[in-house]
Amino acid sequence: MIEDYLVLSVILFCIGILGVISRRNVFTVLMSIELMLNAANLAFVAFARLNETMDGQILAMMVIAVAAAEAALGLAVIILLHRQKGRLDSNVFSLLKG
Amino acid sequence: MEHTVNYLVCIPLLPLAGAFVLGMMHMFTCKNPLPEKLYSFLAMLGPLGSLIFTLIVFATLREMPAESRYLTQDLFTWFSVGDLHVDMGFFADPLSTLFLLFVTFIGSLIHIYSIGYMAGEENFGKYFAYFNLFLGSMLILVLGNGPVVMFIGWEAVGLCSYLLISFYTKERDNVLAGNKAFIVNRVGDLGFVLGVAVLFWGLHSALGGAGFDYLNIKASASSLTGGAGLAVCLLLFLGATGKSAQIPLYVWLPDAMAGPTPVSALIHAATMVTAGVYMVARFSFLYASFPLAGDVVAWVGILTALLAAIIGCFQRDIKKILAYSTVSQLGYMFAGVGVAAYSAGIFHVFTHSFFKALLFLGAGSVIYGLHHEQDIWKMGGLKKKMPLTWIVMVIGALALAGFPPFAGFFSKDEILFMALAKGHWMIWLIGVGVAGLTAFYSFRLIFLVFHGEPRDQKSYEKAHEPPPVMTIPLIILAVGATFAGFFNLPSFFAGDSMVSTWLAPSLLEHHSEASRVTEGVAMVLSIAVVLLGIFYAWKTFAFKPQDKPLTGFAKWAEDKFYVDEFYNAFIVQPWIAFGRTISNFIEPNIVDFPIKGTAWLYGVLGMLFKVFQAGYVRVYAIYMVIGLSLMSIFLSQSL
Repeated sequence: MIEDYLVLSVILFCIGILGVISRRNVFTVLMSIELMLNAANLAFVAFARLNETMDGQILAMMVIAVAAAEAALGLAVIILLHRQKGRLDSNVFSLLKG
Repeated sequence: MEHTVNYLVCIPLLPLAGAFVLGMMHMFTCKNPLPEKLYSFLAMLGPLGSLIFTLIVFATLREMPAESRYLTQDLFTWFSVGDLHVDMGFFADPLSTLFLLFVTFIGSLIHIYSIGYMAGEENFGKYFAYFNLFLGSMLILVLGNGPVVMFIGWEAVGLCSYLLISFYTKERDNVLAGNKAFIVNRVGDLGFVLGVAVLFWGLHSALGGAGFDYLNIKASASSLTGGAGLAVCLLLFLGATGKSAQIPLYVWLPDAMAGPTPVSALIHAATMVTAGVYMVARFSFLYASFPLAGDVVAWVGILTALLAAIIGCFQRDIKKILAYSTVSQLGYMFAGVGVAAYSAGIFHVFTHSFFKALLFLGAGSVIYGLHHEQDIWKMGGLKKKMPLTWIVMVIGALALAGFPPFAGFFSKDEILFMALAKGHWMIWLIGVGVAGLTAFYSFRLIFLVFHGEPRDQKSYEKAHEPPPVMTIPLIILAVGATFAGFFNLPSFFAGDSMVSTWLAPSLLEHHSEASRVTEGVAMVLSIAVVLLGIFYAWKTFAFKPQDKPLTGFAKWAEDKFYVDEFYNAFIVQPWIAFGRTISNFIEPNIVDFPIKGTAWLYGVLGMLFKVFQAGYVRVYAIYMVIGLSLMSIFLSQSL
C-alpha cells in the first residue's frame, strides 16, 4: 500500500526535477519546483499515515506554507528578471558564466 | 677612585642632537632657508660643548693614578644573548681621551672655517647637519666601551663620508665618488664585523656572560687560541684598511676629494681615516701577542706610504696631492703601530691631524680665492696675493715633510726610529725614502702654487685672501702644526715624552732602546733626505716649471698605476657581469620557473574547469541533483 504512494511521490519528484533541468521558461521552472515540493508532501503524508503519527502531517502543512512564500518571492523575482531583459528564457540570465 | 661618571654621554650626544635639530630645521625650511647666522650658531654649539666636556674628562683623568686611569658610563643593556652581553656604554681612557681632544678641537676649528667657506652655498643647513653628525659618529667610535658600540660609530662615519663626499649632488662624478667611498668601506667593514665575531667566538667561554667591552676582553684575551687571535687581528686590520685607506682599499680616499674642501679636512684630519689606527691601537694587547699580524700591518702600512707618495709626486689637482699625502702618512701610522710602537703611531695621528687640517684648509683658501680652480699648473705666484695663506701652507708643508722643529718631524721620526730600534730596518729604509718623496711633493705643491710667475693670468687677477672667519682657524692650526711636536719631545732632546707617558696605561708597549748615536745618525739622515727632497723640488719647480706631458714611469704614476682600472677590470666588472648573469639568466629561468610554472598550471586547470561553469541555472540544478543523489546513495549505504 505505502509503496504505491511512494512510487507516485518519486515519479512526481522526478518530473519536477526534469522540468527544472530541461525547461527554459522560468515560469515552468517555478511550477516544476512546486511539483517537487508536493511530491515531498505526498511522501510525508504517506509516512504519517503509516506510522500513525501527526509529525508528517505537520511537516506537510509547513511545506505548503513555505511553498506559498516561495511562490510569492519567486514570482516577484521573475517580474524583476523580466524587467531586466524583457524575456523569460532562463538561458538569457547567464551572468555566472565562467 | 670612582670610575663611573654620568657626563661621558654628552660628548657624542651634543653634536648628534645638533645634527638632529639642524636637519629638522633644514628639512622644514627647505624652500625658504633660515638665515645662515642661525645655522652657524647652532652648528657650533655641539662641537664646542663636546670640547668642553672633553676637557673635563681630561682634567678628571689627570687626577687619577696613572695605572687605573679610565672613566666609564653604562647607559643601558643593549642586548644580551647567551654569553654575549653588550652594554650601551662609553669608556674614556688616555687613548680615547687623546683622540677626543684633537677630534673635538680640530673638528670645531673646521666648523668655524666652514662658516666662511660655505657662505652663500645652497643647502647650508644640511651641510652643517651632516658635519655635526660626522663629528658625533666619530666620538661614538672613539668613546664606545667595546667593539660593538665602536661599530655604530664605525658605520656612521662611513655613512657621513658618503653624504658629504657627494654633497654637490648635481654632478654625477661626485655621487659616484660618494658611492665608491661607501662601497669600498663596506668591504672593510665586513672584515671588521667578522673580526669582532671571531673575537667573541674565541672568548665567549672566558667571558662567560660578562659585558663584551674592552676591559673584559683585555682581561680574558690570553684565552684566545693562536689561530683565532691571528684571524681576529687580520680581519680587524682589513676593516682598518677600508676606513683608513690602506692597500688594497685606499682607492676611495683620493676620489673623496669631490666633496667641499672642509669635508676633506674633516675626513683626513679629525674623523674617519684615523679610526683604523685608533682601532689597532685599541687592540694593541692582541697585536702585541701576535707579532705576525703586527708585521703584516707594518708592511702594508709602509708599502701604502711608498705607493701613495710616488703617486702624489705626479698629481695635478691640489686636493689630490693632499689626499695621497694623507694615504701616505696613514701608512706611516700603520707602520708605527705595526712594529708595536703604538704611542709613536698615535702621536703621528695627533700631529698629522693638525698639519693635514691646516694644509686642507689652506688649499681650501686657495681654491676659494681662485673661485674653484684646483689645478696647480694653473696657479703660480700667489704668494703676493695671499701672503697669509702662503705662510700657513709653508708651515703645513714643512710639518708634513717632517722638517725640524715642526710637528711632523717628531712624530714621523719617532716611528722611523722605533722601526729601526725594533729591528725592522727595511721598513726604516723605505720610510726614510718616503720622507724624501713627501718633502718633494709637498714643496712641489708650494712652489707651483705660490712661487714663480702666474700661469693663468685671469684667475690670478681675481685671487684674494679669504675672510677672517677662515683665516683665524688657519692661524690656530699653523701654531698647532708648529708646536704640536713638542708635546712628545723624546729624551734625545731632553724632553719627557709627555704623550707617550700619557698613553702608556692604554697601550701594551715594550720600549726598545737603541744607542743615542744610532738615534742621532738616523735623525740626521732623515733630515738630509728631507732637505734633498725640498731642494730637488725647488730646483725643478721654483723658477720656470715646464708643464709638459709626462711619459714612461711618471705617466704611470700620474695615472695612479692604473689601480682603479685594474680593480674595475678584475673586480668590479666581473662582479657586475655576475650580477647581470643572475638578474638576466638565473633569476628569470631558474628562480622564477617554479612560480611561473605554478601559475601556468592553474591557468590550464582553470581552462578545463570553466567548461562546467556554464552560467545557466539549469546546469547548476543538474549539478545539485547529481550531488544530492550521490549523497543520498552514500547515506543509504551507511544505514
